[in-house]
Amino acid sequence: MATPLIQISGLEKAFSTNESWLGQWRLRQGKLARHKDSVHALNGVNLTINQGETLCVVGETGCGKSTLARVIMGLTPPSAGEIHYLDQRIDQLNNRQRMFFRRRMQMVFQNPYASLNPRMTVYQTLSEPISFHNPQLSQSSVDEKIDELLESVGISASSSDRYPHEFSGGQRQRISLARALSVEPDFIVADEPLSALDVSVQAQVLNLMMDKQEERNLSYLFITHDLAVVEHFATRVAVMYLGRICELSPTSTLFSSPKHPYTQALLSAIPRLDSNTAQPIRLIGEVPTPTEKPIGCVFQARCPYANQRCYESSPSMTLQSDGSSVACHAIEEGRL
Amino acid sequence: MKKRELAALIDVSFTLNRGERIAIVGESGAGKSILGFSIVNLISKPGYIESGSIKLENKELTTMNLRQLQEIRGKRIAMIFQDPMMTLNPVLTIGNQLVETIRSHTNISYKDARNIAIEKLHNVQISSPEKRFDQYPHELSGGMRQRVIIAAVLLLNPDIIIADEPTTALDVTIQAEILQLLLSICRDNGVALILISHDLGVVSKVAERTLVMYAGHIVEEGPTLEIINDPQHPYTQGLLNALPQMTIPGQRLNQIQGSMPSLAERPTGCAFHPRCPYATQKCKQEQPQFIYSGVSSVACFMIEDMLNEFADTDKEVL
Repeated sequence: MATPLIQISGLEKAFSTNESWLGQWRLRQGKLARHKDSVHALNGVNLTINQGETLCVVGETGCGKSTLARVIMGLTPPSAGEIHYLDQRIDQLNNRQRMFFRRRMQMVFQNPYASLNPRMTVYQTLSEPISFHNPQLSQSSVDEKIDELLESVGISASSSDRYPHEFSGGQRQRISLARALSVEPDFIVADEPLSALDVSVQAQVLNLMMDKQEERNLSYLFITHDLAVVEHFATRVAVMYLGRICELSPTSTLFSSPKHPYTQALLSAIPRLDSNTAQPIRLIGEVPTPTEKPIGCVFQARCPYANQRCYESSPSMTLQSDGSSVACHAIEEGRL
Repeated sequence: MKKRELAALIDVSFTLNRGERIAIVGESGAGKSILGFSIVNLISKPGYIESGSIKLENKELTTMNLRQLQEIRGKRIAMIFQDPMMTLNPVLTIGNQLVETIRSHTNISYKDARNIAIEKLHNVQISSPEKRFDQYPHELSGGMRQRVIIAAVLLLNPDIIIADEPTTALDVTIQAEILQLLLSICRDNGVALILISHDLGVVSKVAERTLVMYAGHIVEEGPTLEIINDPQHPYTQGLLNALPQMTIPGQRLNQIQGSMPSLAERPTGCAFHPRCPYATQKCKQEQPQFIYSGVSSVACFMIEDMLNEFADTDKEVL
């Protein structure tokens, strides 16, 4: 098999919640002790992304999916673990070394109202990355490229001197996509690119993303909470819970036979259009905030099948016969 | 209407029966929230109700003064908003807010009000309500906050609940629970519900009847399941077809071209005609009237023409 495009191993990220030195001192048993509190957003994530595929990451608020995207893009450094692009490690590069990879990897953000600079025209927004990464290009060839890009995302080239506020949400998200495509990347991380858009416009943007993928053999890491989009768009799906991946499957396998108890609950909760679907599986409680590094399975507190082993040791991903990988003791032991 | 004014709602009419659950569906900018707010006259300035009437039983709501409205708001018609953190006061405990609500509307002691509040918190399946009573909103999770809001809405036993995107800010698993709760509360207490949503999946779980809105107009109205199974208006069809689950995975989605016009650029005739695949010359000039298609009431010339054709052929057969 060819080398995967992106390989992530043992990725961890903790955010300190008491950054200031003074805030770290606590009185404990009559003594002052220094203690750092942190939120563990990622707790050992292993993932590979192959060339030309769409890997969707799903999960509820606070499970660390956006942090994953930002760490991969190098917007925030990981606390531990490695990220490889083809065969080069990229998580510890300085800005100058990273420049090459910034061209190869681009990001589309959730809110097109916030991610486009309101004071830059579309032309400026697109010409900046192009001429920065291709200083040898002449002005006229940059202009040509911008026109071509805009037309390719369905925005007329004549509107390139307009400002973001003159466009609708869907058009803005197309401009964001054009900006990401402007440096001709191989890999795009899209963090909830559709959630700020209406249904009919979502379809337009999703279609555009699929077209571009076919044209340029792009790989996507697509982060979303909308499972209907995932079912339609993904090659493989990673289900995240509390900073860990609990199931990683080819899309059709995941939707036809979800294995992890969390995946099952998540899928059953999608409000489907047909009326005679089963009652959603009710989970007890809500996603806890991971201020302590979890011991045992991350899902144990809400899992209906949890036993002593689940509280004590953390399950590792095991490959199942149908190509999916699940991290669950109950499945390993055949209890589920 | 004066020159520099924009109409957010145009000629909207509907009825709500006692204990009925209806949904108002549409994309952003369709006017669905304004419609919900208008009912209890919560429109902020410079907006105002230009004409039309809203009646609760036989009482006209649009001409009421503030004092009269306060008798209706909360007591007869209660609202749930999208973001529970915006609705709850962050510097008051949950209990204080609930008790305040009861005591501003009825003349009872703090102790009795507290008991009612705890009972309602219990009704919305909040664990250890006595403890929650003294907590602040930030100590609760999003789903829990929305439960508190539902409890607050129930305090005065209203006849109608207007829920404006009540689950949009929540995760799917929590959304499923809140919808289930809302549904059972409406059923058990015979409360009528107006659910405002953009999510047809959510609507299909809760509402008996659905109104589809586009650019300030209601374009289709009928029983929810029939509308979902057999949408009549081209916009409703487009909206349903655009859902990812309507297409085979990997295929291109069925998109509606263009986007909803802004209030200032509303096209003449049928507002949907620039995006409609079936638009004719007539659609560009005239505003279609509601007509019953056999499934739902639709404002569309195409449906009207089809029905007329059927009627003509029927006559010939006879």
